[in-house]
Amino acid sequence: MSGQPMRPATPMLRQIAEHRSLLQRFMDLPKEWKGFDLLLVLGFAAANAAIAYVVVDGRLDGRWYDVRDLGIAVSHLRGWMQDEGFHPAVPYLTTGLLGALGILSVVGGWLLIGSWVERRVLAKFQIRQGPNRTGPFGLLQPIADAVKLMQKEVVIPRVADRLLYYAPPVIIFIPALLGWGPVPWAERMSYLDLNVGVLYTIAISSLGVLGVFLAGWSSNNHYSLLGAMRTVAMMVSYEIPISIALLAVVLMTGSMQLSEIVAWQSNYNAWLIFLLPFGAFMFLFSSTAEINRTPNDIGEAESEIVAGFYTEYSGMKAGLFMGVELGNAILVGAMMSTFYLGGYTLFGLEAWVPGYLILATKIALVYFLFVWLRGTLPRFRLDQLMGYAWKFLMPLGVAQVLLVAVEASIFARWDTAALFPLAAFALLNLGLTVEMVRRWARALGYAPEVAQQQPVMAKAVGGLKAARKIRGA
Amino acid sequence: MSALLVFLARNLLHALGFLVISFLGMAGLFLTLSADFIAIAQVLIYAGSISVLMVFAVMLTPLASRNNGSTLYVIPAMLAAGGLASLIGFVAIDTEWDERKGEALAQSDFTTTVAAIGDLLLGRYILAFEVASVLLLFALLGAIVLVQERRRAGEGA
Repeated sequence: MSGQPMRPATPMLRQIAEHRSLLQRFMDLPKEWKGFDLLLVLGFAAANAAIAYVVVDGRLDGRWYDVRDLGIAVSHLRGWMQDEGFHPAVPYLTTGLLGALGILSVVGGWLLIGSWVERRVLAKFQIRQGPNRTGPFGLLQPIADAVKLMQKEVVIPRVADRLLYYAPPVIIFIPALLGWGPVPWAERMSYLDLNVGVLYTIAISSLGVLGVFLAGWSSNNHYSLLGAMRTVAMMVSYEIPISIALLAVVLMTGSMQLSEIVAWQSNYNAWLIFLLPFGAFMFLFSSTAEINRTPNDIGEAESEIVAGFYTEYSGMKAGLFMGVELGNAILVGAMMSTFYLGGYTLFGLEAWVPGYLILATKIALVYFLFVWLRGTLPRFRLDQLMGYAWKFLMPLGVAQVLLVAVEASIFARWDTAALFPLAAFALLNLGLTVEMVRRWARALGYAPEVAQQQPVMAKAVGGLKAARKIRGA
Repeated sequence: MSALLVFLARNLLHALGFLVISFLGMAGLFLTLSADFIAIAQVLIYAGSISVLMVFAVMLTPLASRNNGSTLYVIPAMLAAGGLASLIGFVAIDTEWDERKGEALAQSDFTTTVAAIGDLLLGRYILAFEVASVLLLFALLGAIVLVQERRRAGEGA
């Protein structure tokens, strides 16, 4: 090696080389600023300690200002209204509107920052900057986008079917909002704690299909119709693996109520993803098909059929379709966290930290996984996707349901400590899943010894190791 | 209202849209009768699946969006519909419904119907349940056999 350090090859590599850690940046600050920063950190720590003291003291339990569970505040409000002697409809309406406001603010808030998050994270995966011109870190980009979309002219094709052309953006938005109903955000913080919550979830997710189809058909455009037919076929097929995956969850926990599923996981300190690894994978994969995300976004494959079923929509109508995609992504994140990742609980931490913050963190992690998939995986072909649902996910899912039925009946007859059978089930299921997936893939004709195993291109040109090699470090 | 529009709409797909709305309304009726399971099943099966099936049926129909106002079957269809409606109405009036009003309504607790339905299906009505499942299995097999590609004579498995 020569003494001269090699010039970084790309702007991104230059950034990596010049990147300084947080501590270094702190050390470079002038003295007054250092003291101010230290004061800020100390104050933050002191505030946290005070909160922790109040929480541990138990002074907060059941008070209306207990922010760990907003449901308590709402039930206090209802009690107060009943004491004051309002008409019985008033507390009913008020609490209903409050819950609706909560759901709307979650979805609306996500629409405001979601597209920014997705584009920035995706940009990091693709070694580029992402939106960074509007506001600090490009944070105002979604607002600029929204303003642009609203200003745009709404073009309606002359041959479009007027009635059915106007309806789909609205039809498709309804399930995206309704789906939030049964999600438990904390112990008493669930808008619609139905005892058929799982069924409700499946039913709501099946409603979106019609909106997609009507959008594609009424636009009177070949690309739209193609995209709609692909999406409908995909969504109808992938509803079945989702149902089978959730069936296993219901069998294991013995309840269709979402809050009880979470309570079961919290009670035994066992997330269902450990017990049902294949079910969790099946749910995640099928959900990506259901909400049209990579690797299953053939319904709107940009390189093949323009924008799929909403090709003919412009302005805010197209914006609604994109918004639904964002909203559905975190809805699936919430479902995934509730069913498989322990919902608002985190091994006892929910007694200290508000449950909805824990759930929001889990949702964000699942969403990150979605963006990761989008940045990493190519798109499946339609026939591959169908074959995967029917030939691979379905048989293995049914086998898993049988297995779980046996395990659940054993577990129901087990009267002593639950730890042993649950651990045994987790190990058994993991082993069986790996073995079954391997054998079934072989039976379907997957032959790794024939196909190339190592991704040559990725090794040569991509990744951090390659970046270091180019830099000569 | 939307049920009326189903057969007043001249376009088949419009009629289908109104049909879905009336299915959802029916689910709402079930929900007010505190039959949660049936309400959700209504949404899941009728509004979600049957409507998609109908969409495919309509797509396979030539000239689906033409004016479907006049057909030869107006009079027989009216007669059949009237007969069915009067039959259902007669049964509904004739049945002794378990009605509760006022105080009795407030006192009776409506528990979930899921457990009860499960018990009945796998207990008392197990035979009907099994027969239905075998029927569905045969329908599935029949569909697979129908769409399977025929092998050529010399090729045989």
